[in-house]
Amino acid sequence: MNDFLNDWGLTLAVFLPLLGAVVMMVIPRGEEDTHKIVALVSTLLSGAVGVWLLFNFDYDHSHKLQFARSDSWIEVINSRYHIGIDGISLPLLVLSMFITILVVIYSWNHFPEPHNPKAFLALTLVLEVGMNGTFVAQDLILFFVFFELVLLPMYFMIGVWGGEQRQYAAIKFFLFTLFGSALMILSFLALYFKGGQTFDMPQLIQVAQANISHNTALWIFGGLFMGFAIKVPMFPFHTWLPDAHTQAPTQGSVILAAILLKLGTYGFIRIAIPILPEAAHTWAPWIGGLAVVGIIYGALGCLAQTDLKRLIAFSSVAHMGFVMLGIATLTPVGINAAIFGMVAHGLITGMLFFIAGSVKDRFHTLEIRRLGGLLVQAPRLGWILGFCAMASLGLPGLAGFWGEFPAILSAYSPAAGMSEALFRTYMVIASVGTVLAAGYLLWMFQRTAFGNPPEEFADHHIHDVHGPEWLAWTPMLAGIVVLGVLPGLLLNITNPAVMAAFSRI
Amino acid sequence: MLINQFLLLGAALFCIGVYGVLARKNGVLVLMSIELILNAVNINLLAFGAMHQGPAAITGQVFALFIITVAAAEVGVGLAIVLLIYRNRTSVDLSEVDLMKG
Amino acid sequence: MLEHAWVIPAITFTSFWLILFFGRRLPKGGSEIGILAVGSTLVLSCVMVAQWVGRAKTLAVGHGEEIEHIRGPVDNTVRWFTSGQFRVRVGTHVDGLTVVMLFTVALISFLVHVFSTNYMEGDRRFTHYFASLSLFTTGMYVLVTASTTLAALFGWELMGLCSFMLIGHWWEEKPNSNAALKAFFTTRTGDIGLLVGISILFWAAGGTFDIAKINQAALSGQISHTVLVVAACALLAAVIGKSAQFPLHTWLPDAMAGPTPVSALIHAATMVVAGVYLLARVYGVFWVGFHIPDGGFNFVAAVGATTIVIAAVLAFVQRDIKKVLAYSTISQLGYMVMALGVGAWTAAIFHLFTHAMFKALLFLGSGSVSHSVHSFDMVDDMGGLRKPMPKTFATFMVGSLALAGLFPLAGFWSKDEILLGAGENGYKVFMIVGLVGAFMTAMYMTRCVYLTFFGEYRGHGHPHESPLPILGPLYVLTVFSVGAGLLNAPFTHEWFGKLIENETFFHAGVATHDFSVPDALISTVVVLAAIGIGYLLFFQGKLPRGVTARQPLARVGYTFLANRYYLDHIYTGGVVGGISGPIARAAYWFNQNVLDGIVNGVAIVAKKFADWQYKYIDQGAIDGTVNGSGHGAEGLGGFFRTIQTGRVQQYGALLFGATALLALALVLTV
Repeated sequence: MNDFLNDWGLTLAVFLPLLGAVVMMVIPRGEEDTHKIVALVSTLLSGAVGVWLLFNFDYDHSHKLQFARSDSWIEVINSRYHIGIDGISLPLLVLSMFITILVVIYSWNHFPEPHNPKAFLALTLVLEVGMNGTFVAQDLILFFVFFELVLLPMYFMIGVWGGEQRQYAAIKFFLFTLFGSALMILSFLALYFKGGQTFDMPQLIQVAQANISHNTALWIFGGLFMGFAIKVPMFPFHTWLPDAHTQAPTQGSVILAAILLKLGTYGFIRIAIPILPEAAHTWAPWIGGLAVVGIIYGALGCLAQTDLKRLIAFSSVAHMGFVMLGIATLTPVGINAAIFGMVAHGLITGMLFFIAGSVKDRFHTLEIRRLGGLLVQAPRLGWILGFCAMASLGLPGLAGFWGEFPAILSAYSPAAGMSEALFRTYMVIASVGTVLAAGYLLWMFQRTAFGNPPEEFADHHIHDVHGPEWLAWTPMLAGIVVLGVLPGLLLNITNPAVMAAFSRI
Repeated sequence: MLINQFLLLGAALFCIGVYGVLARKNGVLVLMSIELILNAVNINLLAFGAMHQGPAAITGQVFALFIITVAAAEVGVGLAIVLLIYRNRTSVDLSEVDLMKG
Repeated sequence: MLEHAWVIPAITFTSFWLILFFGRRLPKGGSEIGILAVGSTLVLSCVMVAQWVGRAKTLAVGHGEEIEHIRGPVDNTVRWFTSGQFRVRVGTHVDGLTVVMLFTVALISFLVHVFSTNYMEGDRRFTHYFASLSLFTTGMYVLVTASTTLAALFGWELMGLCSFMLIGHWWEEKPNSNAALKAFFTTRTGDIGLLVGISILFWAAGGTFDIAKINQAALSGQISHTVLVVAACALLAAVIGKSAQFPLHTWLPDAMAGPTPVSALIHAATMVVAGVYLLARVYGVFWVGFHIPDGGFNFVAAVGATTIVIAAVLAFVQRDIKKVLAYSTISQLGYMVMALGVGAWTAAIFHLFTHAMFKALLFLGSGSVSHSVHSFDMVDDMGGLRKPMPKTFATFMVGSLALAGLFPLAGFWSKDEILLGAGENGYKVFMIVGLVGAFMTAMYMTRCVYLTFFGEYRGHGHPHESPLPILGPLYVLTVFSVGAGLLNAPFTHEWFGKLIENETFFHAGVATHDFSVPDALISTVVVLAAIGIGYLLFFQGKLPRGVTARQPLARVGYTFLANRYYLDHIYTGGVVGGISGPIARAAYWFNQNVLDGIVNGVAIVAKKFADWQYKYIDQGAIDGTVNGSGHGAEGLGGFFRTIQTGRVQQYGALLFGATALLALALVLTV
């Protein structure tokens, strides 16, 4: 069994959901419960493989690729089916599996209009294939295929199950991302032709730097930057995000925030920077600058919002700014902070979107002005919202802190050769961002949760948190606390890998 | 200088064919004009083939044979389409057929 | 126990979760868990004090020949996580300062718990309240036992969270939640400095959060002075926010929106003293960064001194008894910060300790009063309460006199030490500011006592004495308010100071001074004068606008004052009439409108700017570009569409035409 899983574990983890989706295709549409069960079972199976991976991962050598496979795939262009995980991808892979399971559980009685659980869950499963695959791929073409695979299900999720302006939002999301992907694939090709006729990431990391002249590398990095930065999203490429989030169904928003945004930052850490470290060095100050602009800008954007979901969406711009600031320092401390920030943001913002969805279910509106007194009508929901707001603003002891503070810390001392004065300015600006974060989150909390319920809803009977919600949320809430108190759980996995990959930059 | 005359004949046939394809409204006539164009090409190929000595001489004739075959098939399909258009519209006026308008 | 100081925050933290999950099902709504937990931490902290006193003096400190042996700190740390090449540890660092703080926090928190069982009875969220109290206490425990700045940040922010929860305890009413938000924002604004400061010190000290190492690096000159100045300024910003120093003090009076026992806890032992504690803990950074031993002037002392005066003036014009006490707290915190600024480290901590006792006493006393009259308004709803509430009155009197600094109560000793330190360390100006502050403190407390307990009862209903759970804590605190000062008096050989003075203290070479009788006399006289004038002004209702000429008693007081301050009769005429009248009102106006206005204005401008930015830049320019490219593509498509007629022959014509052109081009060029 172990030998089998050693070889095929990752493949199983990636493609089991696809199997589930195929099974669902042959089951008639009317049998909703069967669909739910099939979807849950296939995500759980994939998750079980994930747990096995967690237990059998060699944490002492987390900088090495583990459970790796390399089979021939497209021989003409020397692209191989090369997969494997190390300490950087493991947490994100597990996060992706974990979130999908919870999304399926949450969906149990929360299907948005026009219902159709079969299609909805099948898309969710396909989405998981894409996300898991992106985190295990070690070949650029394979990476690209998985990276693009997530687009379609998400497009349909927004376009079919979304809100009023779903079509506009879906197309905007699709086009924006595709535009970035186009530049990204160009860069991949450039890496192939200039870097040594291979798409293999570990090989490229070895040889690309020597083969590619600095000027060419700068251009290639630019293409990769566009592809990943749009996905992150970084200011000023973020405008698809609020629309997509606002229009997407709750589950879509959760996956989008928790995992999809991470594909961009993961791309930076996994591909762009290790393969082209010198180009990254030249680009880093600009990336850092855009990151801190994003932090302040996102926060200001939040302050101007009147819609709960849109506010949370804008807060992602600010939070991913912290992640990108950590990455821009190009130091192990900063990259660790970024990975932590990615996981923490996945849990916290995912939770916030879940809550927003539940609020919408109950009040049929997300307009902050019309809400109020949530703590009176649904105290548990209200306190969970408060908890997540606190986590989101980076309260020490909760996961969000370890994404924010270490990023600020690392900005004081960026990688050798970069302007310290510039990055220290970034540090101060980013710190100001933490206050603004407190501002918009607590302001939102005060207006939605404190006070007495508005007359409009005063007589409504509002359900407090119910079964599937508890099931879906408890693990995430626990994760936020556990990671907040014991950051070592995550940092011990990532640190050796990060040290191995980034201490040479 | 024999080849010049062959080529001139081909050119004349080709021009007549093009005129027919572009100007005539009757679908059947357009098909016939297409045949003219193809045959103009055939003549050219044969002429060029004849210029060569040795094994290469056969090449032009082989191509011409291919074209004749393809042209037969093409006319078959074309006439079938024209027939269907006629059945649906009781006319073979091509200026009225604009289903592909964008 | 000294090695296992982590047990103390662990107990209250566990208690928080227990109350949260099981409190509602218990007969006393979870308060029994809270009291038990805090009570046991009180016992443990007493044990720790005893163990510390009994600890052998093994650590040699000092320069050259003046080697002295003190009790070494007890460290107990474990690996927390590793990031990059930095191994970050977490754990406890226990020295004299820690054990004293632990004792103070545990005592006050315990009494507040007991007080609350009766005071908060029947509250809408009784259980939540006790859970928050436990968490709040945990925050302060974490802060004072922290061995690293990072762990200290945990405690620091935990308190911020709890103050938010407790100030906004009755969040159904908008003003309460506004106050909670304001407290959180304001302290968080200061926390920018904390984040930056911790980051700077981490790198400057060679990649460590360890406070002892940071102090050592700062004092040994390992860190460049520029870096230290920036770090010290950043940390000072955090202190200003948390300890409600000028100009970030405006949140504190608003924080009175919370339940009264919470105010006692926030003001006496947690939250606001956290800033002072931090200053004292990383003293090496400030000591070198601000050139504290050089005397003359420095930023820390200036902030403290400004706060003393500004806040004391404001205390004169309050109608709400809790607001008087709130401004008084700000002013007293100013003393502590100033003391640290002038190099009187021991005095600052000592004042923190005594102030905790009498300020908790006063707050709980005001709680007892309001419990009886159901109001905090001294002018409209109180007066003459000494008769129906004799016990509350007596304890409140002791607290007020201790705050005023009257010999031999607690406040006298600690305040006197601060003034002495300021004078001896070359900060004469600050000593005078301190005296002025003492004068004003005594006077506004006289006013407060008069309005509350003397004259005629102006409220409704029949006030009654409070029950034992409320009076008990008052009695205990009364004992401490009387006796705490003696711990550091000359005839106890400055026992308290010897207890707390730690490695940093000796390494820096902070000066100590013996008790000086003339200085003590001066401050006593100042306080007595203030009480006397206050008596004239408030009890007798005689304002010095010309009335002194006709009233013999007032004239005596006036002459008396004029004799003590022969330099300036302008001071007595102007200050007494002016400060408590128009100047104070103006200052309050400035406070409410300008400072508060700036805070609100900044928020409004930020909001407006955010609206503008969102509307024009985000939705207009950036989104416009995106949509514009879409529209452009669409227009181009529309143009090409016209060519697409659907007629085969036209396509053919185009094809031939194009081929012909290409052929022509080929012929012409080749």
